[in-house]
Amino acid sequence: MSIFEYNGSALVAMVGKNCFAIASDRRLGVQLQTIATDFQRIFKIHNKLFLGLSGLGSDAQTLHQRLVFRHKLYQLREERDMKPETFASLVSAMLYEKRFGPYFCQPVIAGLGEDDKPFICTMDSIGAKELAKDFVVAGTASESLYGACESMFKADMDHEELFETISQALISSVDRDCLSGWGGHVYVVTPDEVTERILKGRMD
Amino acid sequence: MECVFGMVGKGFALVVADSSAVNSILVHKSNEDKIMVLDSHKLMGASGEAGDRAQFTEYVQKNVALYQYRNGIPLTTKAAANFMRGELATALRKNPYMVNIVLAGYDKETGPSLYFIDYIATLHKVDKAAFGYGSYFALSMMDRHYHPNMTVDEAVKLADQCIEEIRSRLVVAPQNFVIKIVDEDGAREHLWRRTTKD
Repeated sequence: MSIFEYNGSALVAMVGKNCFAIASDRRLGVQLQTIATDFQRIFKIHNKLFLGLSGLGSDAQTLHQRLVFRHKLYQLREERDMKPETFASLVSAMLYEKRFGPYFCQPVIAGLGEDDKPFICTMDSIGAKELAKDFVVAGTASESLYGACESMFKADMDHEELFETISQALISSVDRDCLSGWGGHVYVVTPDEVTERILKGRMD
Repeated sequence: MECVFGMVGKGFALVVADSSAVNSILVHKSNEDKIMVLDSHKLMGASGEAGDRAQFTEYVQKNVALYQYRNGIPLTTKAAANFMRGELATALRKNPYMVNIVLAGYDKETGPSLYFIDYIATLHKVDKAAFGYGSYFALSMMDRHYHPNMTVDEAVKLADQCIEEIRSRLVVAPQNFVIKIVDEDGAREHLWRRTTKD
């Protein structure tokens, strides 16, 4: 079993009309044993920027702590929040620094940039950025997620429809992956508010 | 074949560990204490490589004490858990500690808490945790019988059921177990479950 599949994870982010949604599963496992069903994989960097980290749980926690630290320093120096594009470049640089001893994580970054334009991107474990206009996926269930998102996604959905779509895509994909699942955690972010919801799926 | 497990009850947290020190086929001793009392209100049950276990638990215990001397107040359980995770994460890519930890603590403001810390520094706050081959039996027993806000007697009864499963179903089961408890009165040894005397 690869080190990326040690803990099991599923992450997806989607773009809507002036909003975005980011969702993850909730399982923390040690190979085939489930340890917890309330593990947090999506972290808020600031009100309009969310970071999801799939892959090895330990490296996800380390990376999250380092990135929050860097962002807080940025806030002190620049007296404003980081733009999502800038943050993505920061994550990419930090991951490439460890090119020959990498963090075993695949980040998914989602935010509202200039003029509240939604921005999503993913990258591999050494920082190769992949910008997308519609959706990005990561984790052990990524192949199922690609299929589900490709068929369910429509451009310019409003936040209600976006929530339904991303939830269905996540649940149907993790149901086919034994290493991820045990519910879902969905954040829908519009320029005015952030809505956090827990999904109940197949608990197995 | 080491096993450590723990659970949270009403106003207390329980940690159970086997007490065998084994080298290949030889049992050196069967009253080895693997649950270290970190400070007045914290218990750290550790399993894994014997040398790493002793070194790491002592290192954490002394650093927890140092923090208290320097700052005049003790660390919270969450802070101690994060300190341990940090040390494990830093060592992970140099000289990893092969130690799995169940940290139980009682804080006046937040009550009892239990933390699962893997040897690769995965940290998670949980209600029940288990490590080792015994975890396959202990976790399943706890999934079936655990409920929030158990009394001490109920929790000890559940721990006994887990120990019974481990004794009867694990091929090279440890002989003796120690049960330690932490509540608002502090961390202390609670019970022993012996099949052999040392």
